[in-house]
Amino acid sequence: MALATRTERSPSLIGFVWHSTVGKKAVMAVTGLVMLAYLVAHMLGNLKIFFGAGEFNAYAHWLRTLGGPVLHHEWFLWIVRAVLAASVVLHGVAAYQLSRRDLAARPARYERRRARTSYATRTMRWGGVVLGLFLVWHLLDLTTLTVNPNAQQGHPYENLVASFGRWYVNVVYIVAMLALGLHIRHGFWSAAQTLGANSPRRDRAFKATADGLAALLTLGFVAVPIGVMTGIVS
Amino acid sequence: MKLTLRIWRQRDADSAGAMTTYEVDGISEDMSFLEMLDHLNEELILAGDEPVAFDHDCREGICGACGMVINGQAHGPERTTTCQLHMRHFRDGDVIDVEPWRAAAFPVVKDLVVDRSAFDRIIGAGGYVSVPTGAAPEAHATPVPKEAADLAFEHAECIGCGACVAACPNGSAMLFTSAKVVHLNVLPQGAPERESRVLGMVSAMDEQGFGGCTNTGECAVACPKGIPLSAIGTMNREYLRASVKRR
Repeated sequence: MALATRTERSPSLIGFVWHSTVGKKAVMAVTGLVMLAYLVAHMLGNLKIFFGAGEFNAYAHWLRTLGGPVLHHEWFLWIVRAVLAASVVLHGVAAYQLSRRDLAARPARYERRRARTSYATRTMRWGGVVLGLFLVWHLLDLTTLTVNPNAQQGHPYENLVASFGRWYVNVVYIVAMLALGLHIRHGFWSAAQTLGANSPRRDRAFKATADGLAALLTLGFVAVPIGVMTGIVS
Repeated sequence: MKLTLRIWRQRDADSAGAMTTYEVDGISEDMSFLEMLDHLNEELILAGDEPVAFDHDCREGICGACGMVINGQAHGPERTTTCQLHMRHFRDGDVIDVEPWRAAAFPVVKDLVVDRSAFDRIIGAGGYVSVPTGAAPEAHATPVPKEAADLAFEHAECIGCGACVAACPNGSAMLFTSAKVVHLNVLPQGAPERESRVLGMVSAMDEQGFGGCTNTGECAVACPKGIPLSAIGTMNREYLRASVKRR
């Protein structure tokens, strides 16, 4: 009898990984880290608002010429957008599928239940939904300018100041950034655990980095609407 | 001690269950939680009622058979098994809620007894090492580094009681599975099946209907044997490594 020398083709790494709970979490971790890296750059870029309209608008223009002359005008931006869109979709779909599975795996509640996890840990799911909704608003407001009161293409500084001139926009923005901080606080450490980078020796360092990143990003982003509200940016 | 017990009573797997209240008196603080239930059951039998069904075996904290959620905590307020939990940790007049492990993968058989054979199927998928039969090998034939031996032993302490699943808000078996994977993968004897073990056990775990890990850490708090949360991180690493090496 001849032995089978080759079994049927195994699925690709991504396909294989996507079909297990551990692998799907790894996809969430990687896409989360991609988005986190973008947010750090985004937050630092935002702070240029404090150097005035000229510098901020020039920075926004430079982003469109980045990668040239190899890349055509705005191509760099579109590549970043494509990577981010893919990350958001994969992160969201994986979270949805895993959450449905998690809820089904624990159908009955206990009579008495003391929450022994941190607030950040407990709010990951709904916090993520809040961030997703905020993202839609944020793009309509400052990228497509659909709901922006100024809506002048090529004048991000003026558009931003006009948008943050409305109190409810500031409230929505600040609440969303607090949600972001909480999400990163648990998410960054969780990603280290999911990707197997964590160990008892590195645990404290990862937790501290997660707290630091969460605080840095929240403060950095919130500084902009506060700057507009207090008249430092006008 | 006089106590009010609210215990989950369920005739069988297909019946609906409910919390039922019992008053017990004459409880000594030196009794274990299971002895307290024995005391209640004797009274129930004398009164012609059905005794409360619960799993137990060694009553020494090493078999993992006994397990129930006491006041919302797996194995109750102390880091130990239910059999080693003593009534001195409760006060006279306390109201104590006693429920079975709650997880889709652990269906209730009767009252506080759940079917944990899903764990056996995870073990069957890779929680072993293959050894040639025959005479015992020479002890120094396979040297084991001290660190590996310690790490393996720490994770081998898992008794498979299921408290991690019961405590997890997602009914996940990640701490149990990772304890087994780390225990065997860290040893030279487990090296030949290093990849197939983690892939097989994670796949079996998913098939049994356990939830995924959201890194809440509730499992490691509930574990009576102190299996560390880092086990899950190590298993994730082993899983991703094995996924890449799979072909």
